[in-house]
Amino acid sequence: MASGIRVLMCPPRYYDVSYQINPWMDKNHKVDREKASHQWDTLYQIYTRDIGIEVDLIDPVEDLPDMVFTANAGLVYQDIFVPSRFRYRQRRRETAYYLRYFMEKGYQVKEIPSDLYFEGQGDALFYRDMLFAGYFTRSDVYSHLYLGEYLNRRVISLELVDPKFYHLDTCFCPLNDTHVLYFPEAFDRYGRKVIENFVDYPISLTKEEAFRFCCNAVTVGRKILMGECPSRLQDILESLGFEVVTTPTSEFMKAGGSVKCLTLVLE
Amino acid sequence: MRVFEDVEMRGHIIDSLLLPKVLDEVTEYGGDYEILKLEVGKRSTDPSYVRLRILAREEEHLRHLLSRIQRLGANPVAYEEISVAQVEQDGVLPDNFYITTNLDTEIYLEDKWIKVENPEMDCAIVVREGPKVECIRMGQVKRGDRIVVGKKGVRVIPLEKPSEGHIFAFMTSSVSSEKPKSPLIAQVASRMKEVKVRGEKILFVCGPAVVHTGAKSHLCALIRNSYVDVLFAGNALAVHDVESELFGTSLGLSLKEGVIAQDGHEHHLRAINIIRKYGSIAQAIDAGVIRDGIMYHLIKGGKQFVLAGSIRDDGPLPEVITDSQVAQVEMRKKLQAIGMVLMLSTMLHSIAVANMLPARIFTVCVDMNPQLFTKLTDRGSRQILGLMTDVGLFLRELAQSLISSEG
Repeated sequence: MASGIRVLMCPPRYYDVSYQINPWMDKNHKVDREKASHQWDTLYQIYTRDIGIEVDLIDPVEDLPDMVFTANAGLVYQDIFVPSRFRYRQRRRETAYYLRYFMEKGYQVKEIPSDLYFEGQGDALFYRDMLFAGYFTRSDVYSHLYLGEYLNRRVISLELVDPKFYHLDTCFCPLNDTHVLYFPEAFDRYGRKVIENFVDYPISLTKEEAFRFCCNAVTVGRKILMGECPSRLQDILESLGFEVVTTPTSEFMKAGGSVKCLTLVLE
Repeated sequence: MRVFEDVEMRGHIIDSLLLPKVLDEVTEYGGDYEILKLEVGKRSTDPSYVRLRILAREEEHLRHLLSRIQRLGANPVAYEEISVAQVEQDGVLPDNFYITTNLDTEIYLEDKWIKVENPEMDCAIVVREGPKVECIRMGQVKRGDRIVVGKKGVRVIPLEKPSEGHIFAFMTSSVSSEKPKSPLIAQVASRMKEVKVRGEKILFVCGPAVVHTGAKSHLCALIRNSYVDVLFAGNALAVHDVESELFGTSLGLSLKEGVIAQDGHEHHLRAINIIRKYGSIAQAIDAGVIRDGIMYHLIKGGKQFVLAGSIRDDGPLPEVITDSQVAQVEMRKKLQAIGMVLMLSTMLHSIAVANMLPARIFTVCVDMNPQLFTKLTDRGSRQILGLMTDVGLFLRELAQSLISSEG
């Protein structure tokens, strides 16, 4: 059953949109809390029952509605945990809880200096032996130097130029060692060039696909999990031998997050 | 580009194209850069390091550029402050004193860059109350003076590259023996006009060939028309100027006929003697004995001059300063607000003056000896235009260019 992949999720007991820190959030656009809970449960079931991977859970905290987006807890690599330093104070208190959780689990904690921002796996994704890391909207480019040093990996910095695609995981998604989904317009020409240089088969998404957060996907083997998938993209992925599994995340899109944001990949 | 700041970047700046991005950003926004140091990581996991100098037109432009590239990972380097040591003996500098060049220089003190005043090559830098920072010569230091030692915290401002349409723009070498002189002289003239418009002064450094070649009247015309604010020369120029006023000859050669006059070789000694009898050239002018000439126009026009003596002088004339250290001091005093220098046919004085001047002061050098140009540029870069031509012909054309065009 278990395929060697483990992830961390956080139940949406306190999830809501009570502040606005990205362009998707609108306090007037109310979250259907019950629907959100149901959508989260479905995702959880898909992971544990349908795909068969281990899902660890961290307790949610009242007044930390975005804690459900565990991808931003920090960066995990082998037994190393680099905790996030949130740009917006509304999420900053989450760090202490994540820190305690990972320390109790025996991870080696390596910290980024406190005057730099870094928003975890949401902004840093592995492709092959390289770490692609987004900067500008949330994370600072200076944090990348520390990531490279701590993980002993080449870090490729990519500037995020569209505030709607404020984390790397909203516009960049490695599927395996050869294919990556990305939304070219979320990057500047240097970023696009770098992606084209380093990725064997970059698959560029249309605006419509990008706005539906198709990049915010989790890949387990041949299965790609995302909120929704328009037919063009589905055809491409299926022709490459992938199986697309969709699960609604509309209530989480109200906070600017989908499947990947809700999932911190541990190994 | 007159202002600059050094920045550094670390990381996978090449793979991520961060370095080219920064360089593109700088040039796109009208700045310029120099790569001071680049260390490329050996393995793909090793970070690279670059140190860049970002150049801009002025302070605000620089701040704007820096803030743009800062978000790309380019941070100003941490500057080190200068080290100072105290002078223990008058006239003796501390060991390892910093030696200046002819480029404008700044030092880092109290968290900021401070301009070194009175820039001059081969000097030390003294830090006084204020802080006021200036160049100081070895012989001038006093016990207790605080002198910059070592190389930390000191930077020089690079010479601006000449802009489009500048005199240098169409010359491949700055010394022209086989290049058309007239357009060059016309450019010199227009440069002189620009200097005057800016309210700066023009310095002439002249050798006696100015008189020997019969170009006196042209130099006088320039003095009368306010193109000569300061003149440096030696004994010989003044002597032959006076000789030509009193006897019509220069070193015995008739300036009108071009032949040696009878007893001509005695004329200059007799001229010196006459001036010494009156006490000074100024007094001889007052007495009506000298009624024209270079010194006449300088003195009557209230222009500044320094006549610096040398070991081969006859006389010398009373106005000549025979102590060379004193002469240097007097010359330096008159270098404030000089915008341009013309060095006419004198190797000794040209080199002496060049050593005192900052590199950025535009210099025109006229001489028949190509060696002079090598000597001048050997000591450091400077903005110099060398014209290998007869100084008499040069002055005549220059005067025509400047004066006839003014109706």
